[in-house]
Amino acid sequence: MTARCLIEPGDLSTDEILHLVRLAGSIIRQPERFATRCTGKLLASLFFEPSTRTKFSFDAAMLRLGGQVIGFSDPATSSSSKGETLADTARMVESYADLIVVRHPREGAPKHIANFVNCPVINAGDGGHQHPTQTLTDLLTISAHKGRLQDLTVGVCGDLMFGRTIHSLASTLARFPGIKLLFISPEELRMPQYVKDDLAQKGVPFEESTQLESVIGRLDILYMSRVQRERFVSEEEYLRLKDYFILTKEKLSLAKSDTIVMHPLPRVNEIAADVDSDPRALYFAQARYGMFIRMALILFLLGLEKEGDLA
Amino acid sequence: MINVSKLKKGIVLDHIEAGQGFKVFQQLGLDRLDDVIVLMRNVESTRMGKKDLIKIETDLTLDLNVLGLLNPGTTVTYVEDGKAVRKLKLSLPEQVEGILSCKNPRCISNTEKLGPVRFTLANRERKEYACEYCEARARL
Ligand SMILES: [Zn+2]
Repeated sequence: MTARCLIEPGDLSTDEILHLVRLAGSIIRQPERFATRCTGKLLASLFFEPSTRTKFSFDAAMLRLGGQVIGFSDPATSSSSKGETLADTARMVESYADLIVVRHPREGAPKHIANFVNCPVINAGDGGHQHPTQTLTDLLTISAHKGRLQDLTVGVCGDLMFGRTIHSLASTLARFPGIKLLFISPEELRMPQYVKDDLAQKGVPFEESTQLESVIGRLDILYMSRVQRERFVSEEEYLRLKDYFILTKEKLSLAKSDTIVMHPLPRVNEIAADVDSDPRALYFAQARYGMFIRMALILFLLGLEKEGDLA
Repeated sequence: MINVSKLKKGIVLDHIEAGQGFKVFQQLGLDRLDDVIVLMRNVESTRMGKKDLIKIETDLTLDLNVLGLLNPGTTVTYVEDGKAVRKLKLSLPEQVEGILSCKNPRCISNTEKLGPVRFTLANRERKEYACEYCEARARL
């Protein structure tokens, strides 16, 4: 591994994250300035498990920078289905591409690939492990709507035990000053101890609550997480607890007028449809921010930024 | 106590937890050496009550990481011409390679042929190490 890669959020310094957020802001304001920046560059997107949402986001990002995309989105069509090792696939792809994006069901696969190639590698999700561009997307969304990434009270609600997106967001937000976190979940799906230990060690204040209504009025950001039925031991258990996770218009009426509501999507039923039309609901806008932050990331990793980009 | 001749050149591994000496012996692969080796078990110790102790008459270099992981607190003394020339007390190593393996069935290290996996100390109290690929915790 010789090039800069993004395997986990910890690969970026706090300054670099702020830089990417600013660069994405520039791209949003003046996309035409960046429309040919990646001309002649090729991105290989290797999706060893399907994720239309994430693949489209990366592909759109590269195409809007004037670059081109090759790859596969179905593992059955890749050479690994013929028994080729990941390392060999990666070395083959590197001989064509300038940048590799990897989605893989195995935890650590993108890091393994990065060990074998000299071009930048971006982790587009490895099982339940890391999904750093989702975290960057969340940060850009927050920054765009709050004008800052510090001095914020952030509530995360739902399945906090298994939601890696949430763990990653919490520990990355914790790197900014003045962040206060509220964890809202039933006892059974509380934030894991190691995440809380990490926050305590960094001196980041957090609270736990089992009721969304009682804390929603204090939040600047409400981050809803996906709740999967299969996490529960029984259907009765699911039915008993599911109301905790559902955001309704009624509950949202207790929130401040400038609270923003986020969700990584796709949602199951955590957010009632009547919330969608509320101006505070940003989850559909998040996808667009996801493309812009990926554009910024591609420029950063390929070293294609120019002086004045942030102006 | 049985009298064992004084070591002239080699290594003394002292303050091994009583009963662990044989495991250390095996893990270090001492059974594969042709050198003179003495394993003493349940030796009286003022500090530990009982301890194990190993003396090796050898020139070889030991993988202290393995030993630190197996038995933090071991004292290693290098002896030359019958004199202690260097003494160090082991603690849990910050990183180990090729000693632990990842138990996470979803980890890439369990499906692809990889080199030795590096583990980084994550919790000193519980002697837990994190896998370099998936960060799952592992213990010896
Ligand atoms: Zn692992």
